[in-house]
Amino acid sequence: MLRPVMTWIDERFPMSKMVREHLTEYYAPKNFNFWYFFGGLAIVVLAIQILTGIFLTMHYKPDADKAFASVEYIMRDVPLGWLIRYIHSTGASMFFVVIYLHMFRALLYGSYRKPRELLWIFGMVIYLCLMAEAFFGYLLPWGQMSYWGAQVIVNLFGSVPFIGPDLAIWIRGDYVVGDATLNRFFALHVIAVPIALLGLVVAHIISLHEVGSNNPDGIEIKKHKDPKTGKPLDGIPFHPYYTVKDIFGLVVFMIIFASIVFFAPEMGGYFLEHNNFIPADPMKTPPHIAPVWYFTPFYSILRAVPPMFGSQFPGVLAMGGAVVILFLLPWLDKSPVRSIRYKGPLFKTSLTIFVTSFLLLGYLGLKPTNIWGQIGGGDVATLAAQLCTALYFLFFLSLPIISRLDRTKAEPDRVTS
Amino acid sequence: MKSTLIFLSFLSFVGLASAAGGGYSLDRANIDASDAESLQRGAKIFIDRCVSCHSAAFMRFNRLTDIGLSERQIQQYFITDDTVKVGDTIKSAIRASDAKAMFGVVPPDLSVVSRSRGADWLYTYLRTFYKDETATTGWNNLVFPNVAMPNVFSQEQGVLRAIHSTSGQSGLTLQVETEGSLNTDAFDDLMLDLTNFLVFMGEPAAEKRKQIGSLVIIFLILFAFMAWAVKREFWKDIH
Repeated sequence: MLRPVMTWIDERFPMSKMVREHLTEYYAPKNFNFWYFFGGLAIVVLAIQILTGIFLTMHYKPDADKAFASVEYIMRDVPLGWLIRYIHSTGASMFFVVIYLHMFRALLYGSYRKPRELLWIFGMVIYLCLMAEAFFGYLLPWGQMSYWGAQVIVNLFGSVPFIGPDLAIWIRGDYVVGDATLNRFFALHVIAVPIALLGLVVAHIISLHEVGSNNPDGIEIKKHKDPKTGKPLDGIPFHPYYTVKDIFGLVVFMIIFASIVFFAPEMGGYFLEHNNFIPADPMKTPPHIAPVWYFTPFYSILRAVPPMFGSQFPGVLAMGGAVVILFLLPWLDKSPVRSIRYKGPLFKTSLTIFVTSFLLLGYLGLKPTNIWGQIGGGDVATLAAQLCTALYFLFFLSLPIISRLDRTKAEPDRVTS
Repeated sequence: MKSTLIFLSFLSFVGLASAAGGGYSLDRANIDASDAESLQRGAKIFIDRCVSCHSAAFMRFNRLTDIGLSERQIQQYFITDDTVKVGDTIKSAIRASDAKAMFGVVPPDLSVVSRSRGADWLYTYLRTFYKDETATTGWNNLVFPNVAMPNVFSQEQGVLRAIHSTSGQSGLTLQVETEGSLNTDAFDDLMLDLTNFLVFMGEPAAEKRKQIGSLVIIFLILFAFMAWAVKREFWKDIH
């Protein structure tokens, strides 16, 4: 019954060929561990965001006078609107949780190393798009934090020398964040960035399937193929092995996700901020403006750099540099081995310091700079952020040296479990 | 195992509890969202006392059916104006321009005030008004200094006055100057009912959310066992 249909399709579209190439005959290393769940989860979260986003768009009004009320309308009067909205708001934060863990996996196992440089770059562009998507989307509820957060970020562009003020007006479409800004952010959030994201995700996956997946040992499974079949000896077909494994991982993830949606949708004010339940008021600046948690490491770096020549621009450069430098990772790592399993103590120490600094920067970005009091006329938290910022960049700048000097272990010939 | 621990520590970082901030340490509001009588009493106080100045523009009267009231009861006890229908949202009795002239600000809409302020803040705020002749309304508040709102419950609570003392927070302690019609415990209970209602109004679907949530989680846990069994079956021959 199905076969004639498939034949009919295959004569006109390479259906079976694609299923073979990307699922049933895509050979993935058999030793994937916990860290390899997050790529698939990221795709699922993207799908969730697009699906819930479509339904939110049906009721949301991108109008400065109606936006806040329309969100409350969704929360109260639209049947199960609260559920759709909470899934979308939780999805936004969980997207970043998943992506940060996915990126950390690449750091652990050297997944960005040759020949996967372009795969890494596609991934980084996805991350950039995701940040843009989150930023545009955060304005839409039109609460106090939405409004003032957007104001602060757009003003950063205003600090660019010469063109800054005009650039900021061009982005806002007005002299202050207003209805024009809300409308364009809505357009960018629901059309422009999602299209870019989808295209990039396809490119990311095609690129992955071209070079093959890395694994926790960081060795190529293509080196050892069955002489008769030509299949990698340590590879297993993605489907059914990893589809069934990923379904299990997905369900566990769903338990965490659903626990947040149904029992702690505000996540203590981190996923939905308390101040965002106050409608945007251009006349009232909140005493403490902090971005949502997933931006706080970069926000900390911005605050850590003092203004120079009366301009905030150096801080903006540092913040941008903190993201851009990640792109260079494939060329900074000169280690003879990929995986942390065979790297030496220097890299392990360096990575630990890096991750600690990143988490600490994230924590500091949530808080006002005076949380820990003062020392010698300067805020302790600011000093800590400056130290962490230095350590953040030092990880990348020292990587070419320490990856050469490090005492690495010999990689195994075949994957271990 | 090690990697799982790293993951868990990451999650706990994400979920770090936040301190509410602000100077005054708040009293805990022991509200019970399943206590329909408390919610109904709170709704009555809200409609009788708060709505004269405040609106709840996102809250419809008929949403009170969620706390066990019938539409007939709502029409009878909660709606005084014949032109207001049970499906309408809650509007304030005072005109915005009049309020602005009287208090200097338009009283904020209270639909989601519990979500920005939190239950503890509201419960403490409502109970810490004190007489202060230097303020325009003659009233001040410990949690919200120089607030534009007068104490609307002075008849029940009585009149409090702030005494400078080293023991009290922000150097002030409240003392009863004139007794009200309710004793302290009864007044606290009244404010607890009101807080309970304000929290309900902030998210009327909250109880339903938790009910559905429990079923979803139970389903997912069963699903997880099945998914695990399927995975194990498929992976039997992989070594």
